[in-house]
Amino acid sequence: MRSSDVLTADVAVVGAGPAGLAAAGEAAAAGLDVVVVDAGARPGGQYWRHGPGAEGPAPGTHGRGTFSTLRAGLGRHGVRLVCGHQVWQAGRHDDGFVLRLRPVHDFPHDDAVERVSARRLIVCTGGYDRQLPVPGWDLPGVMAAGGAQALLKEYGTVPGQRVVVAGTGPFLVAVAAGLAEAGARVVAVCEANAPVRGWLRRPLAALGEPAKAVEAVRYAAALARHRVPYRTRTAVTRVHGDDSVRAVDLTALDHDGRPREATRTTVPADLVALGWGFTPSLDLLLTLGAATRLDGDGSLVVRVDDGQRTTVPGLYAAGETTGIAGATQAVREGLLSGLAVTADLGRAGRTGDGVDAGPSRSRRAARLRSGVRRGRRFAEALHAACPVPAGWTAWLAGDTVVCRCEEVPFAAVCHAVRELGAEDPRTVKMLARPGMGMCQGRVCGFATALITRHLTGHPSTAEALSAFGKRPLAAPVTLAELAASDDRTAPRTAPWS
Amino acid sequence: MPHEPDDRTDAEVCRVHFGGRTLTAQPGLSVAAALVREGITSWRSTRRAGGPRGLFCGIGVCYDCLITVDGHPDQRACLVAVRDGMRLEDGRCPEDDRGTGPDDGVRPDAAVGSRETGHGGGSGDAVK
Ligand SMILES: Cc1cc2nc3c(=O)[nH]c(=O)nc-3n(C[C@H](O)[C@H](O)[C@H](O)COP(=O)(O)OP(=O)(O)OC[C@H]3O[C@@H](n4cnc5c(N)ncnc54)[C@H](O)[C@@H]3O)c2cc1C
Ligand code: FES
Repeated sequence: MRSSDVLTADVAVVGAGPAGLAAAGEAAAAGLDVVVVDAGARPGGQYWRHGPGAEGPAPGTHGRGTFSTLRAGLGRHGVRLVCGHQVWQAGRHDDGFVLRLRPVHDFPHDDAVERVSARRLIVCTGGYDRQLPVPGWDLPGVMAAGGAQALLKEYGTVPGQRVVVAGTGPFLVAVAAGLAEAGARVVAVCEANAPVRGWLRRPLAALGEPAKAVEAVRYAAALARHRVPYRTRTAVTRVHGDDSVRAVDLTALDHDGRPREATRTTVPADLVALGWGFTPSLDLLLTLGAATRLDGDGSLVVRVDDGQRTTVPGLYAAGETTGIAGATQAVREGLLSGLAVTADLGRAGRTGDGVDAGPSRSRRAARLRSGVRRGRRFAEALHAACPVPAGWTAWLAGDTVVCRCEEVPFAAVCHAVRELGAEDPRTVKMLARPGMGMCQGRVCGFATALITRHLTGHPSTAEALSAFGKRPLAAPVTLAELAASDDRTAPRTAPWS
Repeated sequence: MPHEPDDRTDAEVCRVHFGGRTLTAQPGLSVAAALVREGITSWRSTRRAGGPRGLFCGIGVCYDCLITVDGHPDQRACLVAVRDGMRLEDGRCPEDDRGTGPDDGVRPDAAVGSRETGHGGGSGDAVK
C-alpha cells in the first residue's frame, strides 16, 4: 500500500448508488472537482448493482438508462471514482472534511487511497436490510432478502433451490420475482401485512409514482407466471435445520401480528430470504453530529432542508440516509444536493455545458423539490402499509439469537430488562452485549430497540436509537490505522474516549 | 482515473483452494459467490456455540461471512474477489474465549498478515 495517498477535492461524495452518482454528476457538471468513494467493486449501489464485466445493470432493470447517463457524466466531467474502499471515519477541519479510507480487505492493494479531503461532503451511504430475529435465523441458508438479490444481480448466483421470501414490503415481491426468473423454486412469499396486493396496483399511481406502479405490476406478473404463492398476514416463525436450512414454519398472524399457532405449517426449503424494510446507514452522519429524526417506519434518519443540507454546515445527505424511499427518490435528492452544493460554493451551474443556466437551474431545483415531496408522501404511505407486526416478539424463544455476532439470546435481553433493570436499548447493550460484535449492532440494533420497547413499555426515542447507532468507526480498523490519525484529521471527539 | 475498478484478470478461470479442495471460479466472482456455487454454504463456526455461518447480508454489513484469505483472517467473503491461487481457510476459531471487548470497532493490531492465532470467528471481542 502506498502510504498517505491523499486526494483533495471541492466535493467528496460517499456512496456511488443512485443518490451519490446523481449528486456527483450534478456537482461535477458545474465545474466542481469531485471524488466519489464506494465500498463496492463497481458503481451502482444496491439498486443498480451489476456484475464484473457488465457495463451496467441487466436489461430490463428499471432506470438502467439513468444509470448509463449518470455513469457517462462522471467520466465526461472527470469525477474521480474510488471503488473497493470503505470510509471508516469522517472528521471536520477548518476548511471542510477529511475522510479516512481503507480497502475492503486487508491484503496489499495497488491503488489504495488513505484519505480524501474536501470542502464539502455529501453522504449517500444508502442502507441495508432490516431484520427481526426468528428461531433458527442464524442457520446458513437464511439470508437478508437484499443480500440474496445482490448475489443474483452481481454474480448470477442463487444460493438455494427452494426458497421462501418473508417479511414485509413490496421489495419482497421484487426479490421473489428475480429469484423465480433465475430458476429457483419460490415456494412462498410471506407478507406479514394484509393490504399489499391491493396497493401494489392502484394507489401507487394515485400517489404520483406511476413508474413504481409499472415496476410492481411487472413483478406481480412474474410471480403469477411462476405460480409463486403470495401469502398475506403470514410470517416465517421458525427455521429448521442442523447445519443449514431444511424447512421453515409458516404461521398466519392475527390482527395484533401474533402468530396463530393453529395455522402453522412446515414447508421444506433451503433458502430463506428475510426483509423487514431497510435501515439507513448513518454512521458517518452521526459521527459528524448531524441532527436526526425518527421516520415513519421507525428508522432513525438524518434531517435535511430542501437543498439536502444537514444541520452541520457543509454536510449534505441524499438517498436512503434521509428516509427509506427508493431509488427514484434517491436520484432526485442526489441531484438536489448537487445543485445546492454548487450554489453554496458560488458556482454558476451547468453553463459550461450550455445545458443549464441560472434561471433554468432554479426551475429544475423547484421541480426536483416537488418530486421529493411526492416521493416522501409515497414513502409514508408505504411505511404505513408495511409496519413491523406489533406482536412479532411472540415468535421468539428464550434461546433465539438476537445478536448474531455476540450470540446473545432473547433470554439474555429479557434478563437485562427484567432482572437488571435496563430501560433503553443502550443499557441493554451494555448489560447483555447485543450490538457489541463485529457489525456493531447494524443487524440487531432495530430488533433490540423493539424488544426493549416491548419489555419495558417505553417507546424508543430518536436519542436512544442514536445512542445505539453511534459508531465512531464506520468499519473495523486496526490500531495501526488508528495510530496513523493525526490531530488535523482526528474527529473532534476521539473515537476511543 | 487511476482508481477505476478493473475487472480484467489474466486467468480465464481462477483456481481457489478451500478445505483440501481446489475449486474453479470465474474471475470477478466474490469468494462467497464462488463457494456458494460449489454448494458450500458455511465456512466458519461461531465462537460460543460453534454454529456454522456463511452469507447473511451479502453486502458487507454483517460480518457473518468472515474467512481467512491467503493468511489474512477475518476477510468478508461477500466483498473479496477471487484470485487465481487464492488460499481460503475457514474462520473456525480454536478455544478462544477472550471475553469482553470494545464496541468501537477496533480490531486487533497487525492487519496485514502477522496475526498468529487462527482466530476468525467474529473478532468483535478481539481487543486492542
Ligand atoms: C441489498 C439491497 C438490495 C436492494 N435492491 C433494491 C431493488 O432491487 N429495488 C429497489 O427498488 N430497491 C432496492 N434496494 C433499496 C435501495 O437501497 C434503494 O432503492 C436505492 O439503491 C437507494 O439508493 P442510495 O443511493 O440511497 O443508496 P445505495 O444504493 O444503497 O448506495 C449506497 C452506496 O454507499 C456505499 N457505502 C455505504 N457506506 C459506505 C462507506 N462507509 N464507505 C464507502 N462506501 C459506502 C455502499 O457500498 C453503496 O454502494 C435495495 C437495498 C439493499 C440494502
Ligand atoms: S455476508 Fe454480511 S458481511 Fe458478508
